[in-house]
Amino acid sequence: MNDTDHKPEFSDIPDAISEPKRRFSIQLVWIIPIVAALIGLSLAVKSYMDRGETITITFKTGEGMEAGKTKLKYKDVQIGEVKGLAIAKDRSHVVVTAELSKDARGLLVKDTRFWVVRARISGGNISGLGTLIGGSYIGVDAGTSTESQDEFIGLEAPPAVSLDVPGRQFVLHAADAGSLDTSSPIFFRRMQVGQVISTELDRDGKGVTIMVFIRAPFDQYVKSNSVFWQASGIDLTLNTSGVKINTESMVSILLGGISFQTPQDRIDTPTAAPNNVFTLYQTRDEALKHAETIETYQLVFKESVRGLPVGAPVDLRGVTVGEVTKIDVALDSGNSEISIPVEIQFYPERLRAQYGNRSKQVKPLGSRAYLNDLVAHGFRAELKSGSLLTGQLFVALDFFPKAPAARIDWSANPPRFPTVPGSMDQMQKQLMQIAHKIEKIPFEELAGDAGKTIRTLDTTLKSAEKLLRNLDSAVIPEARSVLQETRQSLEDVRKTLGEARKTLGGANQVLAADAPVQLDLRETLREMSRAAQSLRVLGDYLEQHPESLIRGKREDKP
Amino acid sequence: MSGATSAAELGLCSCHVCNLVSSPGQGTGQAHCPRCGAPLHFRKPGSVARCWALLISAYILYIPANTLTIMETGSLLKYRKDTIVSGVVELWRTGSWGIAIVVFIASVTIPLLKLISLTLLLVSVQRRSGWRPRQRTRLYRLVELVGRWSMLDIYVVALLAALVQLGNMATVKAGPAALAFGAVVVLTMLASMQFDPRLIWDPIQKES
Repeated sequence: MNDTDHKPEFSDIPDAISEPKRRFSIQLVWIIPIVAALIGLSLAVKSYMDRGETITITFKTGEGMEAGKTKLKYKDVQIGEVKGLAIAKDRSHVVVTAELSKDARGLLVKDTRFWVVRARISGGNISGLGTLIGGSYIGVDAGTSTESQDEFIGLEAPPAVSLDVPGRQFVLHAADAGSLDTSSPIFFRRMQVGQVISTELDRDGKGVTIMVFIRAPFDQYVKSNSVFWQASGIDLTLNTSGVKINTESMVSILLGGISFQTPQDRIDTPTAAPNNVFTLYQTRDEALKHAETIETYQLVFKESVRGLPVGAPVDLRGVTVGEVTKIDVALDSGNSEISIPVEIQFYPERLRAQYGNRSKQVKPLGSRAYLNDLVAHGFRAELKSGSLLTGQLFVALDFFPKAPAARIDWSANPPRFPTVPGSMDQMQKQLMQIAHKIEKIPFEELAGDAGKTIRTLDTTLKSAEKLLRNLDSAVIPEARSVLQETRQSLEDVRKTLGEARKTLGGANQVLAADAPVQLDLRETLREMSRAAQSLRVLGDYLEQHPESLIRGKREDKP
Repeated sequence: MSGATSAAELGLCSCHVCNLVSSPGQGTGQAHCPRCGAPLHFRKPGSVARCWALLISAYILYIPANTLTIMETGSLLKYRKDTIVSGVVELWRTGSWGIAIVVFIASVTIPLLKLISLTLLLVSVQRRSGWRPRQRTRLYRLVELVGRWSMLDIYVVALLAALVQLGNMATVKAGPAALAFGAVVVLTMLASMQFDPRLIWDPIQKES
């Protein structure tokens, strides 16, 4: 290449216009990566900040839940999302992994509750219809605890009451749940003031624990001595005063419910503390009957309790002061003895009413000391037969001054009240004693003796027979002749009697009123009476004039 | 090739706007095209630095583009958030292998290859390397050509988000990754535009 050859060809190329150079210290283009870095960094920070909390919730089933779709909602506001569903290792439940937004972190405390909101038709209400279209979601109810937690156990049913509703929760114990279910209403003076939160079988299976929630301000009407009863259905009573039907609202007739009441005379009692435990009675009457205090005691019987049903009365001289609630059997393996612990509910107030005046003098009301005092005076429980026909037993309380000393074992739970063996038992014991005595008789020896005796008796009998035979031969002919003679004598007697009868007939004839003899006789008698009269006159005269016997009758002086 | 004389060696440069070749002269000031008045440069000024800046920005944004959700699709039965990779996996899993491959190449491989290619070009230019200039130029042409096709993903998301708005029945929303991904594509395109391929040849010219 030759530069000089080419250069002239470019001579017509114009010169560029020159301008003074502006100073550029930094290339503006570097702003772009800085901005990008800032954006990237902010995204990273944001995603880190928004990462929230990952929690696990266990449910019995994963029904309606889907990873990445199911939301967690608190007060219907989305606070998180289900990230994963997994089956637990033991395959008994489903573990839901959920991520909550960072502002929901405060909700993750110990008593926060989670449940799956599905369409539900139960009792009187239908809920969660929206989930039919929008899909299920996990409901969250914020707890009040300050202890944070990230593993939760989901509820199978939505909680009846949100934790932030003011009010108080109480515990009821009942024999059975009746028709109660979660969200069954609770009435006070037939106004709905709360609802059932949960019904659970006791761990020992002996009853049902029902959690109820009473909304404020009605919770103040629950006193420590309030009584609760099942207001389910219709309570129909027929008695001398006629038919009485007791119901709550129509809702409770259909769905069941609980009512409570506080005994009027003790309205000043303190309001019940939250989670106070009450007994739930079947009917209103029963509840009001039990409004008084109940003490549970245990009676240990060694005898058979056949015929003692649960619910049998505890009787104090005819007044019911309690009832039997439980009958067990306890086998003491040590000395292989069977004892039967019987639990009774005792209404001490009734007893106090009976002994009111005395107790006031002696010991403070209802104290243990008072009962101890009674027991020291021979107050015992025994089993008594209510009816000999049916063999029904009841527990009778009474004084047994001769009973061996005993005292109430307060350390046992429930306290153990001393018992005495019942009359039936005593009878049995006496029979046993008799049997023992019979057993003690030396039957074998006796049998030997008896053998001897029998042999002797045999000889005796034989000699007796001989004697009889002798008698037969010797005495009987004699006797026969005697008898014959006797018969003859009797014959004679009969003849004599016949004659006598004839004689008597004759006498009869003679004695007849109209008989001539009789007339004569009557005449004679009249004569004789006249003679006697003369004689009496004579006698009188002679008495007055004894000298007349000698001198003769003196002539009456004129 | 080595026999050719470049315009720069002759003290001539062409206007970027009207392509008039002029001699900027020896003055210290900024040369301007005598015909249209546009600033004159022998090579694109600050080409390497600008390219680097844009490239680094692209690199930074490439991370959120792949980790964040690009599309949220919701319907009565399903609600899902997809990143690019999870979308590809889902497509593959449901049997749409062809589409999965297309999406994977267009959305993951190509942007990445573009970033790597541009880095390679820039490094080689800065080191004034004479290594396979022809292939490097071809690579540059390829990068320029293929750049806009990476926007495919963004187009799909943008179209779906605009079209599928049926309330509760079905919704499609663009995620934050869509923005980042779009930025990556735009930045790489700008970076490749800023790159002056003549720089590949300059060291070779000097040697000759």
